[in-house]
Amino acid sequence: MSLPFLLEIGTEEVPDWMIKNALEDLRARFVALGIPHESVQVDATPRRLVLRASGLVERQADSEELVFGPSEGAPEQAVEGFARKHGVSRSDLGLRSKSRGQSDSVSGSGGQSHSRSGSGGQSHSVSGSAGQSHSTSGSQYYSFTRRVAGRTTAEILAAALPGIVLGIYFPKTMYWTGKNGPRFIRPIRWLVALLGEEVAPFEVGGVRSGGVSSGHRRLGAAEVPVTCADYEQRLRDNCVILSADERRARIVAGLAGAKVDPVLLDTLVYLTEYPTAIEGSFDPAFLELPAEVLVTVMRHHQRYFSVEDAEGKLLPRFFAVMNIGSDPEGFVRRGNERVLRARFTDARFFWDSDQKKKLADRRKDLAAVTFQAKLGSYRDKAKRMKTLVKELGGKPAAVRAADLCKCDLTTELVKEFPELQGVLGGLYARAQGEREDVWQAIYDHYKPVSMEDSIPRNAAGRVVALADKLDTLRGCFRVGLIPTGSRDPFALRRAAQGVVKILVEGKMELPLLDLLEGNAELTAFFQERVKFYFKDARGFQYDEVNAAMAAGWSNLADLDARLVRIQGLRTSPDFEPLAASFKRIRNILEQAKYEGAAAAIREDLLEEEPEKELYREYRSIAGQPIESVISRLRPKVDLFFDKVLVNAPLEEVRQNRLQLLYELRREFSKVADFSEIVTTS
Amino acid sequence: MQSFQDSIFRLKQYWAERGCIIQEPYDVEVGAGTMCPETFLRVLGPDPYRVAYVQPSRRPADGRYGDNPNRLFKHSQFQVILKPSPDDIIEQYLGSLEAIGIDLKAHDIKFEEDNWEAPTLGAWGIGWQVMLDGLEISQFTYFQQCGGIDLDAVPAELTYGLERLTAFLQARDSVYEIEWAKGFSYGDVRYRDELQYSVYNFEMADIKTLWKLFDLHEGEATRLLAAYDPKSPVKKRFPLLPTYDHVLKCSNLFNTLDARGAISVTERVGVIQRVRKMAVGVAQAWADQSRVEAAAEVAE
Repeated sequence: MSLPFLLEIGTEEVPDWMIKNALEDLRARFVALGIPHESVQVDATPRRLVLRASGLVERQADSEELVFGPSEGAPEQAVEGFARKHGVSRSDLGLRSKSRGQSDSVSGSGGQSHSRSGSGGQSHSVSGSAGQSHSTSGSQYYSFTRRVAGRTTAEILAAALPGIVLGIYFPKTMYWTGKNGPRFIRPIRWLVALLGEEVAPFEVGGVRSGGVSSGHRRLGAAEVPVTCADYEQRLRDNCVILSADERRARIVAGLAGAKVDPVLLDTLVYLTEYPTAIEGSFDPAFLELPAEVLVTVMRHHQRYFSVEDAEGKLLPRFFAVMNIGSDPEGFVRRGNERVLRARFTDARFFWDSDQKKKLADRRKDLAAVTFQAKLGSYRDKAKRMKTLVKELGGKPAAVRAADLCKCDLTTELVKEFPELQGVLGGLYARAQGEREDVWQAIYDHYKPVSMEDSIPRNAAGRVVALADKLDTLRGCFRVGLIPTGSRDPFALRRAAQGVVKILVEGKMELPLLDLLEGNAELTAFFQERVKFYFKDARGFQYDEVNAAMAAGWSNLADLDARLVRIQGLRTSPDFEPLAASFKRIRNILEQAKYEGAAAAIREDLLEEEPEKELYREYRSIAGQPIESVISRLRPKVDLFFDKVLVNAPLEEVRQNRLQLLYELRREFSKVADFSEIVTTS
Repeated sequence: MQSFQDSIFRLKQYWAERGCIIQEPYDVEVGAGTMCPETFLRVLGPDPYRVAYVQPSRRPADGRYGDNPNRLFKHSQFQVILKPSPDDIIEQYLGSLEAIGIDLKAHDIKFEEDNWEAPTLGAWGIGWQVMLDGLEISQFTYFQQCGGIDLDAVPAELTYGLERLTAFLQARDSVYEIEWAKGFSYGDVRYRDELQYSVYNFEMADIKTLWKLFDLHEGEATRLLAAYDPKSPVKKRFPLLPTYDHVLKCSNLFNTLDARGAISVTERVGVIQRVRKMAVGVAQAWADQSRVEAAAEVAE
């Protein structure tokens, strides 16, 4: 008989952002149990993690096991004693040899099977017949086959579920029943575990599993008896929508005209059991405040969707999502409107009072804002950045921006909205009459914040952003704050990625390696980031990146240009054969430990015609771009390797040939070290 | 209309009915209800405890001269400690909101993750901010550690922001407009506090004097802590509560100095460490002292 299984872990409100991973972990832990099933599905609301499976057998398949006794030559009393001990008759015993792994008296498996053989079927074939390939020796033992009844699935579940529930991974857990009690993300308040119509009994933290769920905190019943069949419907009757997709659809259906931010939407899906969107509005007078501030308040602080017109201009409206079905009296709408009004009033208060002290007058206040304990205050950082901006060739606008860009950290509005640092500095600078390139540079100097984000819009912004990130990286590496594995508290990978992106996409011809203070760890760190950028963000082949970087990677704008050339070259039919030849040249030079001679190639020592031809070709094309000579060069190289033996008996001739290859390689490795190219031939 | 004080009466009544001792505000200045001995020290050890009280909480840096409709130097927290936390704690909490007149079938309640941490107290917990129609009205925390000590029984701490809650109930846009009692607005009662403390904290507090006071209170707390002897037969007489008062004084002086802009980067971390060291010292001595009392009771 095939049974459905339902597990519901009833909790207090689980943080929305942890739910998806927890569900996948729950699913994996259930599957790892090895109980055969047809399908498994996981769902959640903030108050319940749910796993439903179908097609579980009631009882795991019976299995058989071999029980071994005395060896063939044992006295008869011992053999009879063995039979008596296990309650089998002497005639049931047969002689078998043990296969590997059967040194104990019992072999075979009493555990559950992974095959779906159905109740009563044989799950493991008994490897009892003598002369199997496994047998280790000729010696034989008295033995018999014992039938082991399969455990019921309910038993297996009851035993495994406490470990499965408490094993679900959460980034931060708590205890609630007392010290040394179980740990979970939030207290577990009820458990539903039904296999068919029966409860799979277990207990966690004093809560026993049963068949009673719980509805919406205020719109549903506190106790809701459920069955596997009616579970989802019973929840719905009690104002809980189990399916995240359905909750999402319900929210979206109520968002006519809003900008649907997918991250916010997901948050709300997992913050609610019975979501409904409602529309509200605010006083258009607040639109005088920067849109950045208004949107941040709505989206990040109030979890509202903002609304824009067709031109992308903010409208004085918003959508909130509530965890109840309707708002007929308008209580919820008016409440949210009042909260938003208070938030906007606060923001306006801060915006106005921050204006009383100009950014330039806040520079010395930065001494009271810590950048990092070992790296001093933001005043120290700003001074370092200013110097660095000049070193990087920043124009006066960039120097001015570097001088002011951290000052917004002392404003009330940034204390209120830390995510707007930089942006607000730019807005204040604009309001205080700074030049456009200066305020834009301040506004943009944290960019790019991700691989997808754009780089600062003007040159001053790019230099300031570089200086900011480089200063952080150099300082952190200097004092040993180096990212390890997944730990990167100062977001140094993102900073380095930002540097790479700005240098490349800003086409800035700066020698990156000279900016790393000769720090070997920082250089290696950047090397990884450069590779990552060109491979994963830009889609170049890894061997192209290796080849191009082997020819130098300090000037990233140049590296970018060379990579584009290599990609173009790759389409030439001559490319791969030539790359293969360069690999051969590299091997020959490495084997000969040849590192170039001061003396030029001696024409008088060139003996054979292919060698002379290659030399003449090399002389005539040296200095020309490889694209225009590749088709001429390749046959000469091929011919050379076909006809000429580099290891000439005469040392002088040999050295001369090595020098020819050496110079050839050097000449054509300026774009890339083509020997790094992985060839198919 | 339900006044500010009506809400307080109802909350006190509601929690008294659920077994809480109703305490009056602590008489030393604190930044939050959590810092009162009724919470900070009582959550230690295994003994059950239930208490509720209003605590005026001072945040010098949050003062706005009475100009900002939502920011206060001194706001009023309604603090509830249930140790150990009952299984239906959230139901009880929701019931308290209904007791002050909020129909939760017609309003939107959400529990949003918000874990609490107080470095100066060596304390942290797991919990939520409770949102009512988009307004944060409460902080709900399961304490895990206090004074650097893993807690034996897990207490639930409920903190209601009384001004916000009342502004919500009375539908007022400014805290100063809410009705405290019939005929008296919040502004009538508290505006002068807000203005004068802002002037003092931001402009007139004498930095040297505050540092001197800090050093004096720190010296006294440290002297006392050094004198606590866990092996003494009369250690239950030892004045840990007065010691803790000096720690609270230091904490408030630190906050005032900070608001005054008198604490530099390098000093800041160090001063937090100094306060934390004293707070943790008191918590550990208190736990030790309580163990003896418990043992003595068993012996009797």
